[in-house]
Amino acid sequence: MEVLDILARLLVWLVLAPLLPGIINKVKAWVACRQGPPVLQLYFDLARLWSKGVVMSTMASPGFLIAPAVAWVAVVAAAMLMPLGRAGCIFSFDGDVLLLVYLLALARFSTAWGAMETGSAFEGMGAAREVSFAVLAEIGIITAILTLALESGSISLASMFTPPPGPGAALLAVGLFIILLAENCRVPFDDPNTHLELTMIHEVMVLDHSGPPFALILHGAAVKMMLFSALLVQAVLPLAHMPLGLSLAAMAGGIVLVVVAVGLVESLTARLAFRRVPLLLTIGFLFCLFPLLLTWMEGVL
Amino acid sequence: MNEILNLLTGLAVGLNLLALGTSRLRLLIRAVAAQGVLLGLLPLLLEHGAMDWQLVFITIATVAGKGFIIPTLLHRAMRTANIARELEPFIGYISSLLLGAAATIAAVVIAQHLPLFPEHVGSLLVPGAIALILTGFILLIGRTKAISQVCGYLILENGIYLFGLLLIHATPMLVEFGILLDVTVGIFIIGIIVDRIQRAFDSLDTRKLTALHE
Repeated sequence: MEVLDILARLLVWLVLAPLLPGIINKVKAWVACRQGPPVLQLYFDLARLWSKGVVMSTMASPGFLIAPAVAWVAVVAAAMLMPLGRAGCIFSFDGDVLLLVYLLALARFSTAWGAMETGSAFEGMGAAREVSFAVLAEIGIITAILTLALESGSISLASMFTPPPGPGAALLAVGLFIILLAENCRVPFDDPNTHLELTMIHEVMVLDHSGPPFALILHGAAVKMMLFSALLVQAVLPLAHMPLGLSLAAMAGGIVLVVVAVGLVESLTARLAFRRVPLLLTIGFLFCLFPLLLTWMEGVL
Repeated sequence: MNEILNLLTGLAVGLNLLALGTSRLRLLIRAVAAQGVLLGLLPLLLEHGAMDWQLVFITIATVAGKGFIIPTLLHRAMRTANIARELEPFIGYISSLLLGAAATIAAVVIAQHLPLFPEHVGSLLVPGAIALILTGFILLIGRTKAISQVCGYLILENGIYLFGLLLIHATPMLVEFGILLDVTVGIFIIGIIVDRIQRAFDSLDTRKLTALHE
């Protein structure tokens, strides 16, 4: 029974996650008055990639194949720690939020490792860019998590999402949204559509991957998107106190709202110039820092 | 009432960070103007709805002065000097943002250690005032263009004004008006000086004003 329950919850994550990029693309198409790819496009892509072979560089070691698998497992393991409203999470223990941060870092490390394996200077550049921006984004995530931990007095993801409504929650929402855009390589930090040298970060790193490893990378990115959307929704709405049905509906609605917002940002703004990216990430960090200050002030007074 | 007060003060502190993070002078001037308007509205809230004509007059004068007259003067100075951006600040934008955040946190910590009246303990007035003053200092020190430095000075003045609101019952109206008039005239004169600096040096960079020439 226990195993079935875990499998069912895991399936929810794995099966629903590829919907999100589809929704983003649909929103972008809708803003541009195009028909756009179907919402289920990523499922077709994944099926197609899975049946293809792998092209490997002569420079590459087996690490080229292992790295995407490690990254995928790390992201899915992180997703297993993230609760979905009242439904709760798959695994939970005291301090699992630290594991979440490290799992995300491990996933990033593996992607960068896979990119370096090809021996291409171009992919090394992408890896360098990704990692240098991630340093700034991670400070933001850690600050946001610190805020949530201080608000709830708990360091377990299962019980730490009890945000009191107010200006703090609004600031945290903006900060987490900026970090979500950076972590998931969306506009204005990165453009997932382009294959131009100057405009991409994440795309560069995965350029030489093909077949099933590439499918794992794409699926992992979708799961990461869902993970961050779930984090954002729960950091703002006190879903844990709602009845089960309402909580799940609010969760789904919130995630769709976040994804639509990502699509709108992507359609309506341009990519930032490279040297301005750290400034925006710093602003995101400050948006996460001020709720921390507010919470701390309330605690002291 | 206290919640709205704290919200307005919080917004003013947020505008600080906007002023620290932008390189566009137009946006910087707008941020300072918006901050002036927000703070100008505070006396009405502090009085808990008891309207008297003096208070209304002060509010209108402050909002008009800080929100409209001073920004107009600054915009005009900016246009005659023909600059739109601060390109080479002493302290970069990311560093000044982080410094500003640190100053805000420091302001909260300092305010908690000050011996305040019990009615001021829960409010953001004192930490907000200290944060504004420190931000003004950062802008004054960190920027090289005369107009950005004036904006830093205005934020500094906003902070002093916010501090003065604690004494709103004790300060005669004459003092308030004196300060407002001084600031307006000061900005007026700075507008003229900016124009002169621009004509004499072809730049508003105050770094060029440190050496004496025959």
